[in-house]
Amino acid sequence: MSHYLFILVGAVLVNNVVLVKILGLCPFMGVSKKLETAYGMGAATTFVLTMATGASYIIDHYLLMPFGLEYLRTLSFIVTIAAIVQLTEMVIAKTSPTLQQTLGIYLPLITTNCAVLGVPLLNVSNGYNFIDSLLFGAGSAAGFSLVLILFAGIRERIEGAEVPVHFRGVAIAMVTAGLMALAFMGFAGLDKYQ
Amino acid sequence: MLMNLFTFKGGVKPPTNKTQSVTLPIAQAPLPSRLVVPLHQSIGGMPQPVVQAGDKVLKGQLIGEADGWISAAVHAPTSGTVLEVAMHVQPHPSGLDALCVVIEPDGKDEWIAREAVDYKSLPPEEVRERLQQAGVVGLGGAVFPTHGKLTASKTVPMEELVINGAECEPFITCDDLLMRERADEVVRGIGIFRDLLQPKKVLIGIEDNKPEAAAAMRLAVQALGESFEVVQVPTRYPAGGAKQLIRVLTGKEVPASKRSTDLGVQCFNVATAYTAWRAIAHGEPVVSRLVTLSGNVHAPRNYEVLIGTPMGELLKLAQPHPDTDGIIMGGPMMGFLVPNADVPVVKATNCLIAHSERLFPPKAPEMPCIRCGSCAQACPHELQPFEMYWFSRAKNFGKTQEYNIFDCIECGCCSFVCPSRIPLVQYFRFAKSEIWAREREKNASDQAKARFEFKQLREEREKADKAEKLAKAAAAQAAKKAAEAAAAAAAESGTVPAVAAPADAPSATVNPEKEAKRATIEAAMARAKAQREAVQPKNTENLTAEQQKAAADIEARRVAAHLIEPEPAAAADQPAAPLDPKS
Amino acid sequence: MDILLAIAIMALGAVVLGAALGFASIKFKVEGDPLIEKIEAILPQTQCGQCGYPGCKPYAEAIANGDEINKCPPGGSEGVQRLADLLGREVKPLDAEEKPKQIAIIDENTCIGCTLCIQACPVDAIVGAAKQMHTIVAQQCTGCELCLPPCPVECIRMEPIGENIDNWKWKYPVVEIKAAAMSAGDTPTGGAGGIKEAA
Repeated sequence: MSHYLFILVGAVLVNNVVLVKILGLCPFMGVSKKLETAYGMGAATTFVLTMATGASYIIDHYLLMPFGLEYLRTLSFIVTIAAIVQLTEMVIAKTSPTLQQTLGIYLPLITTNCAVLGVPLLNVSNGYNFIDSLLFGAGSAAGFSLVLILFAGIRERIEGAEVPVHFRGVAIAMVTAGLMALAFMGFAGLDKYQ
Repeated sequence: MLMNLFTFKGGVKPPTNKTQSVTLPIAQAPLPSRLVVPLHQSIGGMPQPVVQAGDKVLKGQLIGEADGWISAAVHAPTSGTVLEVAMHVQPHPSGLDALCVVIEPDGKDEWIAREAVDYKSLPPEEVRERLQQAGVVGLGGAVFPTHGKLTASKTVPMEELVINGAECEPFITCDDLLMRERADEVVRGIGIFRDLLQPKKVLIGIEDNKPEAAAAMRLAVQALGESFEVVQVPTRYPAGGAKQLIRVLTGKEVPASKRSTDLGVQCFNVATAYTAWRAIAHGEPVVSRLVTLSGNVHAPRNYEVLIGTPMGELLKLAQPHPDTDGIIMGGPMMGFLVPNADVPVVKATNCLIAHSERLFPPKAPEMPCIRCGSCAQACPHELQPFEMYWFSRAKNFGKTQEYNIFDCIECGCCSFVCPSRIPLVQYFRFAKSEIWAREREKNASDQAKARFEFKQLREEREKADKAEKLAKAAAAQAAKKAAEAAAAAAAESGTVPAVAAPADAPSATVNPEKEAKRATIEAAMARAKAQREAVQPKNTENLTAEQQKAAADIEARRVAAHLIEPEPAAAADQPAAPLDPKS
Repeated sequence: MDILLAIAIMALGAVVLGAALGFASIKFKVEGDPLIEKIEAILPQTQCGQCGYPGCKPYAEAIANGDEINKCPPGGSEGVQRLADLLGREVKPLDAEEKPKQIAIIDENTCIGCTLCIQACPVDAIVGAAKQMHTIVAQQCTGCELCLPPCPVECIRMEPIGENIDNWKWKYPVVEIKAAAMSAGDTPTGGAGGIKEAA
């Protein structure tokens, strides 16, 4: 049981996908201007990432590995993820227009989110089984959402602050992200406690 | 009178500065050289002027007629001549102009015929109507037309009527003096409100720094045999805010974006009650009010002032010190510096404070917000001013609304306590007026869109109607023509086929399969004929036989020509078509 | 042999996923584009056609299909900013010069009652009849200027809507460090402890 807890805590805090692994920076910078969009993006990514880890595990283990085609992983994962994102978008558009409005353009953006590709690949290199993979995916997504929402909250406040002219905009956001990453280093070693 | 008092959160205790102006009784201000009476003195519709330059008016004569239900009439404050109806600068922080009636007093101060009535004999609607006609508005500062607040809600039973005599702002003592000297009429005025609203209880709230006023009111209540309760509330700014006073007296907290009437509470100012009584029982419209003159002056005092008196002229009565450099209308917490000394006293003017740097030292520069939370503790509405400030500053107006900026009453407590001397209220006013402006724009654009879409719809419909009409006319003509042609053919076929042959040559001889085409051609011709008939000149009635023959010949040739060459006829049809709807 | 297998497997995956997507696109087809409505909500609805499209809705459709967002002068630079925020595009300077909000006024002495402006007005803000003087309903006028060109006697002019007490806005509080003293319109106690006990 504690094994799962370690995977989860490790994914959310210690090896945070954005601040430690430096994956998925484009949405992290791009959609963190407003809290509302950050919520939407977080929710969409969580859903897709969990689905993607599950699907890519199945493809890896039942399609690629039996035929020794591991070198096709990146390619096939991308294709799968893109298909899942598209499918999800269509289903949401049909079944829940309100949710689709909330997620808006962020759903298709996830296709190009490197975190979504990175996490399944990390799953493989970590040798996780199916449950582990799903947990790691969900944990990474939760970590991504957490950081994204915190960051959006900070950026909303930065808007009112007197930032030196040359630091306005993305520059101060980068500085903020760096400070956040430093803060997240404080979690390092949390999963080493046994 | 023992009563369990409640308390509101926050508030501040600024130096009250009230003692200076209560030593002397109310005095009558002399007639000024001219009176500038703004027409728009209350919330709601802008009253329309009913006098012109050169008109003679009497004191109390209507000069501005109420526009709509939420609007109050405006009257001439004294007898005299109307000099002009023109734009004049207003006692408003913007310093902009608005329509005013300028009156030159004749010095006689002659009233129009005043009709005193016993309101108990009138139906409630008429009492409300009379209050509107008399221009009675909330004199606490909000100037909401009083009659609009005097209709009891049908859904919520009226529990308490709260009469606001708290007068919490520093310097202001006009309500204090009014209650001391004219308590009897105030209480009678409250009686009118009570009878119209039928509340279970009437509570008169007076801050405990005005014991004389409270005593006078108690005496008046007893003398008139009323059951009103005079309650002394702790002195704390802003205890005179309607929602705060309601909270203190009844324990009811008015929720965000609700009105006190939703909780069965209505609130009036004591001065409003007084003017209501004068209006009903003496037939006197609101043409004057009590104004406290205080601040950097030699002789602070309360005066009964005619509406429209220029502030500079009025302030001279109190002998301002030579270093006076401005006039504040209202109290030091919520008031504002008027644009210049010529602006007139209006119904909302309860106090004029001579401003000087000695009395109000200039503010030190604004420092960054340190999020100490003092403002949140001081806010009587339990808002979070530091958050609203942050987002107003960033012009993130959506967020300010999330923090309920519209519940802010702009009392100034947050600015008062801010250790960084941030003018918080100004940020909130800025944010509010921006949000309102955006809403106005949004409404305007929605309306424009609706009108544009309707215009398009209408044009489509007109086009469709026109097309339908034309088609119908064409079909009818075609049917008629076809019938005629069939009859003619039946009659002629046996006798003179040779004559018909050349005319019909292109269609009848060789192309039975092109019958459809021929039908269309005939329809087109029929239409052309219909057109011709439609545009036929009116000089065809009284023609000579020769002329008629000539015309018939031409007509026959035309018909022949069209039979041979039907295309031009169809083409001629087109330009004629637009004439149809116009004729 | 390996390469053929790889191709076969990838092809199989592609076919399966493609079929699934194709099926979904038919099964979950939705009409309309909510984006257009959002864009249209930002546009000022003057229907002036200065963007080159016959009205605000066509321009909204054009924007959704990739047209520039800086073609709407009545919306001003603020409108461009809001469009950029909505669509995640770069803010561009307005394509034309920004004018203050204005309304059309008909000089009623010159008007010959030709009704041409009435037909041109997109929001039916002009009232009048043939050979009767026309006038503009100021509240409805969007200031689109579409009535100017058709007028044969040039009796219509545009007038900016000035500031009045009803549309006046509190200004952004700028407290200059040196001139920290009060300016007109300032609340006297704006700062802390402004009131002294008067003598």
